[in-house]
Amino acid sequence: MNEAVKFSVRGLEVRFGDVVALRGIDLEVPARSILGAIGPAGSGKTAFLRALNRLNDLSPNCRVTGQVLLDGEDINRPEYDVVRLRKRVGMVFALPVPLPMSIFDNVTYGPRLSGSRKRGQLQERVERSLRAAFLWEEVKDRLDMSGMRLSGGQQQRLCLARVLAMEPEVILLDEPCSGLDPVSTSRIEEALVALKSDYTIVLVTNNTKQAARVADRTVFFLTGEVIECGPTAQIFTAPRDQRTNDYVSGRFG
Amino acid sequence: MRIPPKASQAIAVALLGGATLLTLAVLVFVIVFVLGKGLPVINWAFLLDVPREMGKAGGIFPTIVGTLVLPLVAIAIALPMGVGTAVYLTEYTRPGRVTSVIRFGTDCLAGIPSIIFGLFGYIFFVTILRMGWCILSGALTLAIMVLPTIIRTAEEAIKAVPNSYREVSYSLGATRWETVLKAVLPNALPGIVTGVMLSVGRCIGETAAVIFTAGTALRLPDSLFDSARTMAVHFYILAREGISNENAYGTAAVLVISVLIVNSVSYWMMHKFISGRSA
Repeated sequence: MNEAVKFSVRGLEVRFGDVVALRGIDLEVPARSILGAIGPAGSGKTAFLRALNRLNDLSPNCRVTGQVLLDGEDINRPEYDVVRLRKRVGMVFALPVPLPMSIFDNVTYGPRLSGSRKRGQLQERVERSLRAAFLWEEVKDRLDMSGMRLSGGQQQRLCLARVLAMEPEVILLDEPCSGLDPVSTSRIEEALVALKSDYTIVLVTNNTKQAARVADRTVFFLTGEVIECGPTAQIFTAPRDQRTNDYVSGRFG
Repeated sequence: MRIPPKASQAIAVALLGGATLLTLAVLVFVIVFVLGKGLPVINWAFLLDVPREMGKAGGIFPTIVGTLVLPLVAIAIALPMGVGTAVYLTEYTRPGRVTSVIRFGTDCLAGIPSIIFGLFGYIFFVTILRMGWCILSGALTLAIMVLPTIIRTAEEAIKAVPNSYREVSYSLGATRWETVLKAVLPNALPGIVTGVMLSVGRCIGETAAVIFTAGTALRLPDSLFDSARTMAVHFYILAREGISNENAYGTAAVLVISVLIVNSVSYWMMHKFISGRSA
């Protein structure tokens, strides 16, 4: 088992009813770095992301086959502990979804599930997570305010802090900036770059420039298949596949 | 013949406005009529004294107690069962034949006249289980009666909770039960409370099912195994048997006012809860 590889995906196929969302995916996600996933809408990026924390399980007609190895262990085995998996692999969604409760309660949702109850301990964790998500300074005086009253960009950083509070090993982000303005976007990107020394990050994005800015490696999805995966610089300057070239140069998608 | 837009607009406003006004007028008339006839009778003695001469004189205190306790016990029984069923139908099963049979069953139950429930309660709880006429028999019967309402409203409220809340909860490592408890139910609460209030209203106003199961005893009950009379039943008996029209109206007025209080307080509490979370 290679220490530097966090996820190793082998022959992954995801179907929703009769629709094949992903087929024959072989991919490695390196540890402590950012993997950017790009591709047009419906290319299977999100299905791939949700295969890494088994969130596809929530869709009633979804069938997943193939192997997804997390630190060498197949998470698709039926007896694998999904709850434990999701504590190790956190996720930030496309639209910021603060739960209708206070900022404090939002951030501590995960830790409280794990049985952490001591107010002082939680407080310390809340501060650490909010600082890491670059939100602490803006909300430190109003942690009891509802998370829903924050602006869109702040909400998304709250969602990031909520994931960080679980102290996961992997952070999955599904187009986290699709609803945000450029300033909020750059704050999120700043946070991600600062976080990659401690976490494995997979960033799905519709914005190819975002992948170019923050990703160490980039993978290009098209119609449910991986077309090309490599160091970001290579994908954007010297892609091996014509379709990758067309996509990153903005000829389609 | 085409009606010009302006005329059709005017006709629509007149018809719809008229319907609204008529509805309101009837409602206001009923309330004013009941309060007008009943309020003069009400004083502290009427509220706090026990009835004398079958209710011809004295107060209505035991029936106020009966009216408070019976719906309370009924809801305490029906709420966990109803919300539990709704959670099961929405969160723990996928739509299929079994769930549609259960739904069909609850819908049928909702359409049955209350006297049938009364009869069932009389035969099953009072006679077969030998519980006799008592608050518990009545509350169990009322619980069965309002169960469909609670299940249906809770179900709709749970379905209306955005799916993204569930996804977030699961993605943070919550089990299904934790997700239901922490992400789904708190957000379905307003809808559930609406169902409970509808049910409380039905329990408070019910006579047929109560007479058959909780009985009509006029003295103050001292346990759940005592018979009790609710205000609605008291009113019915006073008016029906011509005991005292004044006291009947007085009881009705107290009944109307208590329903108003119950509804206002629950709306206020719900509003406080919601604004604490999202505002």
